Amino acid sequence: MASIRMRQAISIALKDEMTADDSVVLMGEDVAAAQGVFKTSEGLLEAFGPLRVRDTPISEMGFTGAAVGAACLGLKPVVEIMFMEFLGVALDMVVTEAAKFRYLSGGRVSVPLVVRASVGSGGGFGMQHSQTLENWVAATPGLCVVVPSDPQTAYGLLRSAIRHDGPVVVLEPRVLYAQRGEVVTGEAGLVPLGRARIVRPGSQVTVVGLGQTVGVIREAVDRAGLDAEVIDLSTLVPWDRSTVVGSTRRTGRLVVVEEAPESGGWGHEIVSTVVSSAFADLKAPPFRITSPDVPVPYSPPLEARHLPTSAYVADQLTSYLESGKVPAPWWIREGFVK
Amino acid sequence: MTVTSMRTSADRRAALSDPLEVYRRMWEIRTFEEQISGLFAEGLVHGTTHTCGGQEALDIALATTLHIDDIVCCTYRGHGIALALGMTPESVLGEIMGRTTGCIGGVGGSMHLSDLSVGLLPTFAIVGAGVPVAAGVGLAFQVRGEPRVSLSVCGDGASNIGAFHEGINLAAIWKLPTVFVIDNNLYGEYSRIDKTTPISNLADRAKAYGIAGESVDGMDLEAVTEALDRHVSNARGGGGPSLLEVRTYRYAGHSRADLATYRPPGELDEWRLRDPLVLRRNVLLTGGIASAGELDDIESEVRDYIAEVVSATKEAPEPTAEAMFANVTVPLDRGTGEN
Repeated sequence: MASIRMRQAISIALKDEMTADDSVVLMGEDVAAAQGVFKTSEGLLEAFGPLRVRDTPISEMGFTGAAVGAACLGLKPVVEIMFMEFLGVALDMVVTEAAKFRYLSGGRVSVPLVVRASVGSGGGFGMQHSQTLENWVAATPGLCVVVPSDPQTAYGLLRSAIRHDGPVVVLEPRVLYAQRGEVVTGEAGLVPLGRARIVRPGSQVTVVGLGQTVGVIREAVDRAGLDAEVIDLSTLVPWDRSTVVGSTRRTGRLVVVEEAPESGGWGHEIVSTVVSSAFADLKAPPFRITSPDVPVPYSPPLEARHLPTSAYVADQLTSYLESGKVPAPWWIREGFVK
Repeated sequence: MTVTSMRTSADRRAALSDPLEVYRRMWEIRTFEEQISGLFAEGLVHGTTHTCGGQEALDIALATTLHIDDIVCCTYRGHGIALALGMTPESVLGEIMGRTTGCIGGVGGSMHLSDLSVGLLPTFAIVGAGVPVAAGVGLAFQVRGEPRVSLSVCGDGASNIGAFHEGINLAAIWKLPTVFVIDNNLYGEYSRIDKTTPISNLADRAKAYGIAGESVDGMDLEAVTEALDRHVSNARGGGGPSLLEVRTYRYAGHSRADLATYRPPGELDEWRLRDPLVLRRNVLLTGGIASAGELDDIESEVRDYIAEVVSATKEAPEPTAEAMFANVTVPLDRGTGEN
């Protein structure tokens, strides 16, 4: 096992899957000659040539739509959306075309498409290049949505996504591209779709994270010395209900930590489902730790505060476990929001 | 061969090598569309439909110039193209009426027709969406080195949406085997083209992509067929994409709710003088290919046939809840290892 950066794990996953399957092609802005602006397609143009590794114009609707058409005819395109926000101009192709074609064709047309997009804050990219926006793609039947949290899951989820016969959106936390970790490659390195991972067992509280917040939670739990069960949701759609509900039944407490703003986040789905199905086992009300309902600010200290930090998560978890009550978020406590 | 003996889409497609079958199909499309408004009034068709009366020449030309394994990405004004490519009236009407006999069992409706056996991807209900998808189909053919062609049909209104520009631009830079057809029927929804589009010759847009552009009389089947055949052959031979504007006229309003009161008086009548079916009938008569009596018989047979299809479809069952849950997602255990 080698210790590599997450961006390298993504390049290797693409290379391994393109080697295994001639029908896999890669398209996106500067993915070929420049090897990706985040260097997530290193060596691929050289290895597979310009027919299969294509630089596109700045034209997300065009190339995402082309990927849908190519997928309908049996290619397995992987498109890179440089920043998740850029999917806004191509969303029709993902939620209204790719996600519907199986239904629209009576099951005769599959769309084995992977849409990779970098997401999240922490890089100083400002409010139009720092959102996670999972909710753009989380409420569309027909789509799978996965989010890696480290180099291994980036490798394994991407390979599983490419092998999947339907459309999969892979949201890659941009700030983790440089993170190092040991990665098992090959078949043993695959991470199945639809399954959450218990990354740290515990008995006092179940804490669910996704992408960037998984590392934040682990650090928070260590910092506060809590006996918490930490779950990396890994697949947001369809999320692994049995693992999360089962864990919450054991611990009696649930906290979801999200990078996105408080309103409309994916954690509502988790909390709602758990409350409805495990109410009798709950020892305290489940709650969510999120960022506030404001755009991601550019100023480094403000951006750092906007994302739930490990110190903040540690404080909220500690307060919750001590009091059995839901702690108010910092923007309420400090009077910024009434 | 009688109309009712041709049950498969591929059979119906192959039959178009006979000029009388072409005439029959044009009448089939016209008669079919005329039935739709009546079915609405009866409450048997729901939501909306977009009929294509007046645009039959393009429908037929697509079916006779494309190979059966070429792929068409067309719009929600797709009943005629579906029938021309080979889909049976039973399958198309069944879908429009939401019955189990429809091409996808009634879960799609008028705007969502498809039949891969004759190269029709699910028709696109979002204006312009089929343009980049068609480019992508061409990309698949190019990557695999297959001598197949993809073809996009959009309306004049779609030439103003971003997908049109992005899709054609991609096809041009990658020299994809894709033909882009604009079915210019002069109206985008309720708005006349001169209110929405700064040029009247839409083929001129090809210049912006460095590809060939051409406009053709869309009422004349021979003219459309000749032009389309050149564009398709060029794409198949590696000549890259091109743009063909087919000038037609939409006899009905945009959708069933639209009575088209915004049209200038007399415009429809003027276009009807060059009705594609009338022009075609004259060609067959003057060429000595058929007698007036034979053509009258065909028209009458088609009317009877479509009436039979309507009656049968009215009796066809509506889908059960099981259909609602089929084909939504690919099960996760397909190809993802252990899960």
